[in-house]
Amino acid sequence: MASTEIARQAGEGARAVPLSGHVGFDSMPDQLVNKSVNHGFCFNILCVGETGMGKSTLMDTLFNTKFEGEPTQHNQPGVTLKSNTYELQESNVRLKLTVVNTVGFGDQINKEDSYKSIVEFIDAQFEAYLQEELKIKRTLHSYHDTRIHACLYFIAPTGHSLKSLDLVTMKKLDSKVNIIPIIAKSDAISKSELAKFKIKITSELVSNGVQIYQFPTDDESVAEINSSMNSHLPFAVVGSTEEVKLGNKMVKARQYPWGTVQVENENHCDFVKLREMLIRVNMEDLREQTHTRHYELYRRCKLEEMGFKDTDPDSKPFSLQETYEAKRNEFMGELQKKEEEMRQMFVQRVKEKEAELKEAEKELHEKFDRLKKLHQDEKKKLEEKKKSLDDELNMFKQKKTAAELLQNQAQQAGGSSTLKRDKERKNNPWLCTE
Amino acid sequence: MSETAKPHHPVPPGKGEKTHDSDFSYVGIDAILEQMRRKAMKQGFELNIMVVGQSGLGKSTLMNTLFKSKVSRKSVQPVPEERIPKTVEIKSISHDIEEKGVRMKLTVIDTPGFGDQINNENCWQPIMKFINDQYETYLQEEINIDRKKRIPDSRVHCCIYFIPPTGHCLRPLDVEFMSRLSKVVNIVPVIAKADTLTLEERDHFKQTIRGELRANGVDVYPQKEFDEDAEDRVINDKIREMIPFAVVGSDQEYQVNGKRILGRKTKWGTIEVENIAHCEFAYLRDLLIRTHMQNIKDITGSIHYETYRVRRLNESNTHFTSHQTTFTIRKQQTERGCEFAAPQ
Repeated sequence: MASTEIARQAGEGARAVPLSGHVGFDSMPDQLVNKSVNHGFCFNILCVGETGMGKSTLMDTLFNTKFEGEPTQHNQPGVTLKSNTYELQESNVRLKLTVVNTVGFGDQINKEDSYKSIVEFIDAQFEAYLQEELKIKRTLHSYHDTRIHACLYFIAPTGHSLKSLDLVTMKKLDSKVNIIPIIAKSDAISKSELAKFKIKITSELVSNGVQIYQFPTDDESVAEINSSMNSHLPFAVVGSTEEVKLGNKMVKARQYPWGTVQVENENHCDFVKLREMLIRVNMEDLREQTHTRHYELYRRCKLEEMGFKDTDPDSKPFSLQETYEAKRNEFMGELQKKEEEMRQMFVQRVKEKEAELKEAEKELHEKFDRLKKLHQDEKKKLEEKKKSLDDELNMFKQKKTAAELLQNQAQQAGGSSTLKRDKERKNNPWLCTE
Repeated sequence: MSETAKPHHPVPPGKGEKTHDSDFSYVGIDAILEQMRRKAMKQGFELNIMVVGQSGLGKSTLMNTLFKSKVSRKSVQPVPEERIPKTVEIKSISHDIEEKGVRMKLTVIDTPGFGDQINNENCWQPIMKFINDQYETYLQEEINIDRKKRIPDSRVHCCIYFIPPTGHCLRPLDVEFMSRLSKVVNIVPVIAKADTLTLEERDHFKQTIRGELRANGVDVYPQKEFDEDAEDRVINDKIREMIPFAVVGSDQEYQVNGKRILGRKTKWGTIEVENIAHCEFAYLRDLLIRTHMQNIKDITGSIHYETYRVRRLNESNTHFTSHQTTFTIRKQQTERGCEFAAPQ
């Protein structure tokens, strides 16, 4: 029989070995990229901002298409999130883009709960992914990732400072999603005001401890551009899908009587910077941050909430399995107890009902007996009466027959007795009528 | 709270052409490829290859030839004398190699002692245990609550199985091993020391081997069922026509036609390792490294590992989905329900 002897040499610190010829694994990044191209990408953006901030227009401008939808009304009772998925393709890259809009944000009189639906939505996406990851038979490979990768927060161009609603919402969202604050409709602010506004916003964010997404500066090839962009946050953008003829080109712009604001002119607004940062340079990093930071945080909190720990009080590592077993037994025990309780209650109710019914039955019986007795009494009385009536009738008959007999006898002795009777009558002072 | 519409294809004005000067139609989505490439270069890659075969088949030499450096176990540990171990040992050595800015952590897992004893029963067991242990380690790390950013991947991506060049057919040990292990890991069979076979013998041997593998239901890499689309199938069919590759390994260079190339010098000629007319080493290298490396890792990660995970999670009887718990409760309720129907 064979047994194992596993000898692992230099596990962590592997030795660096020089190559004496071309091996060919420098094609690995290409292989990886090819696989991803075949698979397709997905990217999910959440746009948070009050109604009328130009969220939909900005999305249209960013991705250079016309997404469907009409502008929403201002009379929404609460904040709802509407998400739409689009499939875009550029050269050989297929992107499944999901744009989530907050409908009715900032429109209510009492805005205390506005942020809640947004947080719930983001959590729901994390939850869906977590459920898929925890399944026994899972298909992570072909799972459509709906977790929000970037949140564009639209700040109203007041020129003064952030609204308290903005601060509260951003504070609640910064640990769940990558927040990129942008100043919407920034053609309403002049250049000097804009600079002051940006400084005010950043200082307010810092003083309130809001962590917005910082473009990564650890990779040398993009460190420079990212760090310079970091200093331009928040981006002041203008969105437009209408094209205006400028010189001999058609440019995306907004035309006013006093001039034209060109969307893609860096002197006019930061739209180009936003597009550069969001799509062309950091899309992958946004996705990675979402997965490795925000999702892991959510997962950890959720699992700890459910009662799983990595180590128990004695610092011995718990296996997830043991905890599950324990929890499951607990759960089953509780369920059984509940079942027992329900059963007891049911049996009790049945007994009570039975007793009631018996009572009713008894009562009915008694009533029946009483009535019967009454009836019998009545009957007896009636019979007695009948009997007495019969007796009377018999007596009457007898009297009648006796009377008739007497009458006959009287008639027979009538001739002789009439005289007598007349004499008697004459003699009878009483019968004399004269 | 939210509603998702079906994927909608918006009509873009003038999309599709990538022109940098007129920024109107170019959004820049395809820049993500560049971003991915950068990220991959920064992170580096990991590859774990296992070599299995009897001693003396040239496993270490082939590894050295494949990666053009001394990556084999023998080069790392100076062994005083060649001894055949009494049991199957598993020795794994990691190397950091770099080429044109691409860094790779290569781990070569050697199995000295395989098939060398008189009684070779169950000599695959230590190997299967090792492979499953790697899956287990990965699984444990994955289900941790506080887990690392990048879980270190020590799963065996590919197992190269060395078939001795008998020229006849597969031995029972070969069939047994390959049929067991093809279910848990990607197996690439190669005919070792192929310079002892003539081209006709080689072809005949290969056909026999392919027939025997088919007859025993052994699916070696590239597996037919994992072909993703027609294009893949065409490429992979070509490869499947050629396996097992007949290889010759060498880490010594000789002068041939004015060039220095790797080869084996014999009295009757020099066998050039990278000459496809001489042996199929180049095909093996291309398959393993230049074209299919990512695919090998994907199949390990998404199919073999998932199979292991499903089996492991099922057998430890933990139900992660709540469906099953409620199902059992409801079943019990309906069973007891009949008792309540007729109260006495």
